Parts: sequence; C-alpha cells; structure tokens
Amino acid sequence: MNWTNLFKISLKALANNKTRAFLTMLGIIIGVASVITMIAIGQGAKKSIQDQISGMGSNIIMIHPGGERRGGVRLDPSEMQTLKVDDYEALKRESIFLTKVSPSVTASGQLISGNNNYPSSVSGVGIEYLDIRQLNLAEGEMFTETDIRASAKVCVIGTTIRDNLFPDDRNPIGKIIRINQVPLRVIGILESKGYNSMGMDQDDIVIAPYTTVMKRMRAVTYLEGIFASALSEDMTDYATAEIAEILRRQHKLSEDMPDNFEIRSQKELSDILGTTTDLLTTLLACIAGISLLVGGIGIMNIMYVSVTERTKEIGLRMSVGARGIDILAQFLIEAVLISVTGGILGILIGCGASAAVKYIAHWPVDIQTWSAVLSFAVCTVTGIFFGWYPARKASNLDPIDALRYE
Amino acid sequence: MSKTVIELQGIKRDFIVGDETVHALRGVSFSITEGEFVTIMGSSGSGKSTLLNILGCLDTPTSGEYLLDGIPVRRMTKNKRAVLRNRKIGFVFQNYNLLPKTTAIENVELPLMYNTEIGSKERRKRAIDALKAVGLGDRLEHKSNQMSGGQMQRVAIARALVNNPAVILADEATGNLDTHTSFEILVLFQELHTQGRTIIFVTHNPEIASYSSRNIRLRDGHVIEDTVNNNILSAKATLATLPKSDD
Repeated sequence: MNWTNLFKISLKALANNKTRAFLTMLGIIIGVASVITMIAIGQGAKKSIQDQISGMGSNIIMIHPGGERRGGVRLDPSEMQTLKVDDYEALKRESIFLTKVSPSVTASGQLISGNNNYPSSVSGVGIEYLDIRQLNLAEGEMFTETDIRASAKVCVIGTTIRDNLFPDDRNPIGKIIRINQVPLRVIGILESKGYNSMGMDQDDIVIAPYTTVMKRMRAVTYLEGIFASALSEDMTDYATAEIAEILRRQHKLSEDMPDNFEIRSQKELSDILGTTTDLLTTLLACIAGISLLVGGIGIMNIMYVSVTERTKEIGLRMSVGARGIDILAQFLIEAVLISVTGGILGILIGCGASAAVKYIAHWPVDIQTWSAVLSFAVCTVTGIFFGWYPARKASNLDPIDALRYE
Repeated sequence: MSKTVIELQGIKRDFIVGDETVHALRGVSFSITEGEFVTIMGSSGSGKSTLLNILGCLDTPTSGEYLLDGIPVRRMTKNKRAVLRNRKIGFVFQNYNLLPKTTAIENVELPLMYNTEIGSKERRKRAIDALKAVGLGDRLEHKSNQMSGGQMQRVAIARALVNNPAVILADEATGNLDTHTSFEILVLFQELHTQGRTIIFVTHNPEIASYSSRNIRLRDGHVIEDTVNNNILSAKATLATLPKSDD
C-alpha cells in the first residue's frame, strides 16, 4: 500500500468538501478547546484554593519535645529539654523538604508600657517565622540575623498588643515595652489576622529574637519547639520523615529507642485540599470526556453519511483497482485528518480562550501542557475509533452495486 | 495469429433471488484476440451486464473459467482481482464516473494512484500523454464540472488508457451523448483500435456494430450470434456527413 498516495487521495477528498470537513471538525474543535479551557480554569481554581489553604498554614510542621518519662510520669513537653538550638541549625542546614525553619521559645508575663499593661507572652523565634505563619508586617521592619546574634532587645507586635498598650498611638514604632523587667523596643507592627478557627486571637502576639527570649528572659538552653514549613502540602509526609531522621541522628537515638520529640502537621487541612482538588479534577475529566465523545460521534455521523453519499466514487475507485484496504485506509485517514486538524485548532482556540478568560474575567487560569497533549492524543484515537466503522462499511461495498448506486 | 487476451470457457452465472435461482449466463464461451474491437449487444435481461462485470473482474462466474491475458480469474480473491483490474483493464462508463471537483489530470492519474510501482513523476507524465491521446492536451487542469459530456467521456477514456491495459471495457460509452458527440467518441475508439488496442464495447445501439470489427449478440444468457465485420464503416466519414451540433 502506498501511504503517500492514500494520504494525497484523502486530503483531496477533504479539500473537495471543505464546508463539511470544517463542520465535522467543529465538534472536535469545541471539544478540545473546552477541555483545555476547562482544565486551565480548573487548574487555576485549584491553584488559588491551594494558595488560600497554604495561607492558612497547611504546610506548617511543628516539632515539640516529647516522649520522655521520668519515673513513670509523663512530663509537660515544654519542661523537657530535648530540643536544642543545634537541632534547629541541623534542620536548617540539612533538610531538603523544608523551606523555612524557626525555633520557638516563649516567655509569659505582664506587658507594660507607660501606664498601660496587658497579660501576654513573647515568642522567641527566628526571622523565617513570619513566612511560616504567613504573617505580614504592616509597619516598620522585622528583626535581623544581627539582632538574633546580639540577642537584641527588640520586638514586633500584633495589633491587639498595640491597641492595649498604646491606645492613643497608632504607630508606636520605637516605643519601649517591658516584660519581666526586660525592655524591648518595638520595631514593627504585624498586619491583623483576626481570630483563627479555634477562637484564638492571632493578633495577640509579640515576637522577639529567640536568643533574646532564651538568654535575657528565660535563661534556658533548650527550645520549646521548632516551626517549619514543607515545600508544599503534599511534601509534608516526606518532610516529616526527614525531620525524624535528622533529629534522631542529632539526638543519637539508637534503633530501639523511641523518638524523644513529636512532629505534627496540619493533616486535616491538607486532606481538605486533597479532596477538593480531586473533586475538581474528576469533574473536569467528565466534561472533557463528554465533549470529546460528542465530537467523535459527530465524526462518525459525517463519515457515515459521507460513505453513503460517495458510494459511486467508492465503486469507481474499486473498479480502477482500489482494494478494500485502500478504501478503508482512505476513510480512516480522512477521519484522523479531521480529528487531528480539529485537535490542533482546538488547542489554539483553547489557549486563546483561556488567555481571554484570564484578561477579561480576571479568573486565575493555568494552561496545562498535559491537557493539550492528552486531548491531542484522544483526538487521534477518536478519529480512528469513530472513523473505523464507516470506513469498514465503505471497504466492504461491492464494486458492482456501488457503481450502480444512484 | 496474435495472442488471446480474453478466453471464456463455458461461463455460467447464477443469482439467487429469494427462493428462485436466476440463470443470467447459461454457458458463454468465446475468445478475443489482441487488437479486436468487439461490440457486445443484447436487450436488457440478456446477461450483457453480468458478462461485462465478469469480463471486468468485478464479478466471478459460478462455473466455467475466464482467462484474462492468460491469468485464470475465477478463484481469485477480491483483492487480487482489484490489482488485476488495476493493471489489465480500463473501464469507460456510460455516465463517465469522474471524481467531482477534480481536474482532468487528477482523474486520469487515479488508477496509477493505486499502483505502487509508479512514482509521481511517471504518473503525471503518463496522465498527460493519455489526455493528449484523446485530444484534451489543452484541458489538463479543467475540472470535471467545467467540461462538456464529450470532454468528460474523453477524460474517462484517457483514464482507461493510462495504465496501458490489456483490454478497454466500454459500457454504453456513448449512451449519454448526442449523436454528433457519440460519433466523435466513436472516432476516438476507432483510432485506438487502429493503434492496436483491444476494445470491448457493450451497447444497446445496433448502429455501433457496423463500426467495430466483430459483433457478439447475447440473448437469455446465450451467445446467439458471433460475426466478424469485414466491412468496418469509418466513424470519421459518418461524422463528416452529420450536421454540426449546436454547442
């Protein structure tokens, strides 16, 4: 069989019926374009949901000391002294799955500024704490590595603290707060985050360099916890395993000894994320399937009509020496050409439509290469699948009957 | 003695219609040698269409043997017969059967498209030669819907010639044409005949028999007459006596 010739024959046959070929293609074009646009919109939505859930801190991992017993009594984790600054530094240095790491140590007490006071606590943290907790500065600045090294007496406060300690001053930067006799200079104000789902005021917060809290306020050498954020929600499990490995090595724990720390992640949040995005993906896959099916049936319908309409032509081709397989190949090639051309046009229109949605409706849109590749592949398969039956019918025609067909 | 192109030995063809068996051909035997211009005549129901289908390898006989250019056809598969048609037979139909919206040259190239041994250059050259041979050298790129009936039939004849067939089978090739154009086509067939082509012309029209070299008459599935025409009329001479057609 000469494929070049068959290809030419099919191309010619399509060129002779441009309108019909185009209308047939339209089904596929719309199918593919909608698949690409839908998936782009869906992925955009998925990404924005993902960002929102990340904003809630779904990739936060908390490490606390734990698992230690003394004389059968389980101790308050904060009293245990197993987490050290060395552990924090080891995690920061060695981990692959963690983007940010911050130590955590707290000092509670009455905050005093002038004649105002408020009961709260100071969190001693690293500079990456803001990113981990998704906190943003409204005014001023965050303390620096230099401040941490120097155990500088500086702090960044939340709006609740500001409102209680400085009721008349909207911008208390440079003012001094005292806690447990230690004066801290306010260098930044955090943006308000309101209450969290547990009803806790997230603006009731004072953060200071962890060195300051450890040395100047608590006089301790251990950490109460380490906060970290994983690369992404789905990496949380890997990150957890990695942390365990590093900490066990740090703590020189042998195989048979239990962990003397505890790692917690926001599993609930990432589960919600997983369910939501899975649902979206399934929904989109359904839409994709249905539109391509409709497009494919369109091809089958037209090819079927085309076989009837071109019976005489088929008879003629057979009389001049076309074999059944030549006719079969011709009609199959026609079907595949229609679906592949439609597929390419559909991809272009789909990308265009996605871009239009992005710029006109300002929806988050994320065009996926795999959706284009997939729909293109599905198109070809659709062409062959739905072209097969009519092509088979054409190739089985009897040349005598076909020639006499009116 | 020149070589035998077609040999029919006791060809029978039965069709089963409902409960009845219709005997379309009841034992037809004749042979045609290279260079003959044979007309096959008969009224409808005489079996001439069935015979034509068998001669054209579109159909196979129920019994008997058919040798085309020495090749036995009866037991051939569909695909093998298709290849045989492609190499040995040129069809000319009553209603031309050109591909619509397709140029003359592309129509003529069609049989060669199914012949893998011929490349695109050779194919084009042969198509041009065939169109020149039928007097359409100046209409190579005309599309089938831009041509008159006579021109379309010439394209069809060129298409039948292009594979250099052992035999040209014409089925009422002048049936759709007016008298003047019919004779023009007949002149063309006679020219091909003098060039040594083997032509089988199936027709209703008894007039055409006098322009061929041999006439076979069928009735009820039998050959009832097989005469050699020693006094072949010249279609050209007849054409000259006809008034010019209006177009």
